Amino acid sequence: MTFQELEEIRIKAKKALAARLGEEPTDEYKYHVLVCGGTGCHSSGCQAVADALEKALADEGLKNSVKLIQTGCMGACQLGPVVMVYPGAYHYCSVKPEDVADIVNEHLKNGRFVERLCYRNSKGELQATMPEMDFFKKQHKIALRNCGLIDPVSIEEYIGMDGFAALAKVLKEMSPQQVIDEVKKSGLRGRGGAGFPTGLKWQFMADQQADQKYVICNGDEGDPGAFMDNAVLTGDPYSVIEAMTICGYATGATKGYAYIRLEYPLAIRNFKKALEVCRQKGLLGKNILGTDFSFDIEIREGAGAFVCGEETALMASTEGKRGEPRPRPPFPAVSGLFGKPSNINNVETWANICPIILKGADWYSGIGVGKSKGTKVFALAGKVVNSGLVEVPMGIKLREVVEEIGGGIASGKKFKAAQTGGPSGGCIPAEHFDTPLDYETLASLGSIVGSGGLIITDEDTCMVDLAKFYLGFTQDESCGKCTPCRIGTKRMLEIMERISKGLGREGDIELLEELAYMIKQSALCGLGQTAPNPILSTLKYYRDEYEAHIKDKTCPAGVCKIRGAKKATS
Amino acid sequence: MGAECNCNCQADSNKKIDELILKYRGNPNGLIVVLAAIQQEMGYLPKDLMIKVAEELNVPLTDVYGVATFYAAFTLRPRGRHSINLCLGTACYVKGAPEVQAAIEKELKIKAGETTEDRRFTFDVVRCLGACGIAPVMTVDGEVHPRMTPEKVSEVLSKYE
Repeated sequence: MTFQELEEIRIKAKKALAARLGEEPTDEYKYHVLVCGGTGCHSSGCQAVADALEKALADEGLKNSVKLIQTGCMGACQLGPVVMVYPGAYHYCSVKPEDVADIVNEHLKNGRFVERLCYRNSKGELQATMPEMDFFKKQHKIALRNCGLIDPVSIEEYIGMDGFAALAKVLKEMSPQQVIDEVKKSGLRGRGGAGFPTGLKWQFMADQQADQKYVICNGDEGDPGAFMDNAVLTGDPYSVIEAMTICGYATGATKGYAYIRLEYPLAIRNFKKALEVCRQKGLLGKNILGTDFSFDIEIREGAGAFVCGEETALMASTEGKRGEPRPRPPFPAVSGLFGKPSNINNVETWANICPIILKGADWYSGIGVGKSKGTKVFALAGKVVNSGLVEVPMGIKLREVVEEIGGGIASGKKFKAAQTGGPSGGCIPAEHFDTPLDYETLASLGSIVGSGGLIITDEDTCMVDLAKFYLGFTQDESCGKCTPCRIGTKRMLEIMERISKGLGREGDIELLEELAYMIKQSALCGLGQTAPNPILSTLKYYRDEYEAHIKDKTCPAGVCKIRGAKKATS
Repeated sequence: MGAECNCNCQADSNKKIDELILKYRGNPNGLIVVLAAIQQEMGYLPKDLMIKVAEELNVPLTDVYGVATFYAAFTLRPRGRHSINLCLGTACYVKGAPEVQAAIEKELKIKAGETTEDRRFTFDVVRCLGACGIAPVMTVDGEVHPRMTPEKVSEVLSKYE
């Protein structure tokens, strides 16, 4: 494919997408019907709905006037299976195969939307279209721009959404250093959890002289409760491929690896397919778009180990070894995969690159607050009415996310705390409900943005139990290489277990704290260094709950099974 | 998988594995890729194949064993005919997955990580399946069962013979 051919495809593809972009349909299709094929909707049975739609369109002779597409995650997982009808972005919720007849007869044949399948908020107000829905109103989609809107493996649709325009711009108009400068200026920071400035990371690698360098995509999304990387890899794989290729050009690498965790079969399938298509079209491989630049990507499937999300462990695993981290320095930019300079970024970070190149660093840094630029995708889950994937500007208030986007607490009960950052993070209690969600503010509260897990708890959640859950997770996933993590987390877990059984002793809280600080200071990698965070954070805000378990032998939330416990009264 | 049937699937499995071993001959970097293929084709990592992989890929057998026991995807014992994976990610956990786990363990009379005596089921708990919106989630042979409750366990499992 040449630059000119790319633009020709784009003109055609844009026309075909007009109905979905709020413009007058210009293609032969009167309606576009999109069935969400994200993991959530897949699990709720979207395939049966898609099959029923396919059959109904054929039976009614509508195949030439209605375009049926299966997309990646649209976001509102709680409401799945979701079907959307364009033009108009009508958002049908919890669609069953038997609802298909109404969609076809009412909407597609008579142009009247099916009200009973549309969303109503807690006040009972009808919100029939996506822009009207509370869940989407405050969202700002950059990383998820194409998810749920296009056919994930159709390169034409991706190109129609300005796909490969950033790569073309970079190859035609920009020097490698200009690309790095643009990313630096945007203020983009690593979305995997650590928040390291992405442009700086690229610069480190570009400054190295080597016969071979590697670009790596970290798709080993392990935080239990976060699934944005899954959504991007499944719903918009080309955006990651394009971004990795741009990084290769900017840093002098010719080979990439995409490490995707085994638990995401749809992501692996779509990414593989996208790689094949790119190679066929000359967007990967030798002489990309007819230039001197060559780059290719190989996929590596994870084998099930949380620690492989740590960059040095991920590289060891890519080399076929046990996924054990190693001390840094040397940093991967100096000596990474196979001992060569390597740059590794998280999936969501990659998904931000192309818009930054196309719209400019100033546009991107205009979104967000302080040192936290752009948007962040949060996986909103737990005891909230509307769980799902939400992409919001950095600095949005927690209250807005929970109450306005999430629709409040599901049971009608009281908000207790938000847990952010998964097993490496901490909690934000109700008194900080108005806190802005950004790197600095969350750190000052003893939590982290992390990879974006946002678990909402209500008064029925026991914070001791939740902290024990996370510690059990990290203890189980500790690779065993360094002693503080291997033995320290085990000792802490034993203490947590006896506390939750009502067998806690005087001095246990102090012992937990002492162990926690020791592990934080002496563990080898991020997994161990952050493993005590859930304990420290819950101790900071809910010490009374620990004391109730130890001294009064009661679980105030009524979760922990304490023999002979007094019935909780609060 | 296929050890009990008369068709050629066992031969096909062996051929696939042999081809992959050939591709990575003398290249230790292919270890996980090869073991993953064996796990998929055989349902576990048989000892004789691990020895073969060690020799062909030029990896010490201790390292093969080290990798095989490091990753959750690999098992050293044959698994049951059906694989149950219950998600114990945070969202599922706070929405009652531990109660579902207790119900499964009671129903099958095994603990997580074990296989029933008749080899009908292997039951594992897994970390986040990425479907937090429909928690608690359980998969059986990859088929997803959303919004699980202890009451639904018996009915769901009865579908798998």
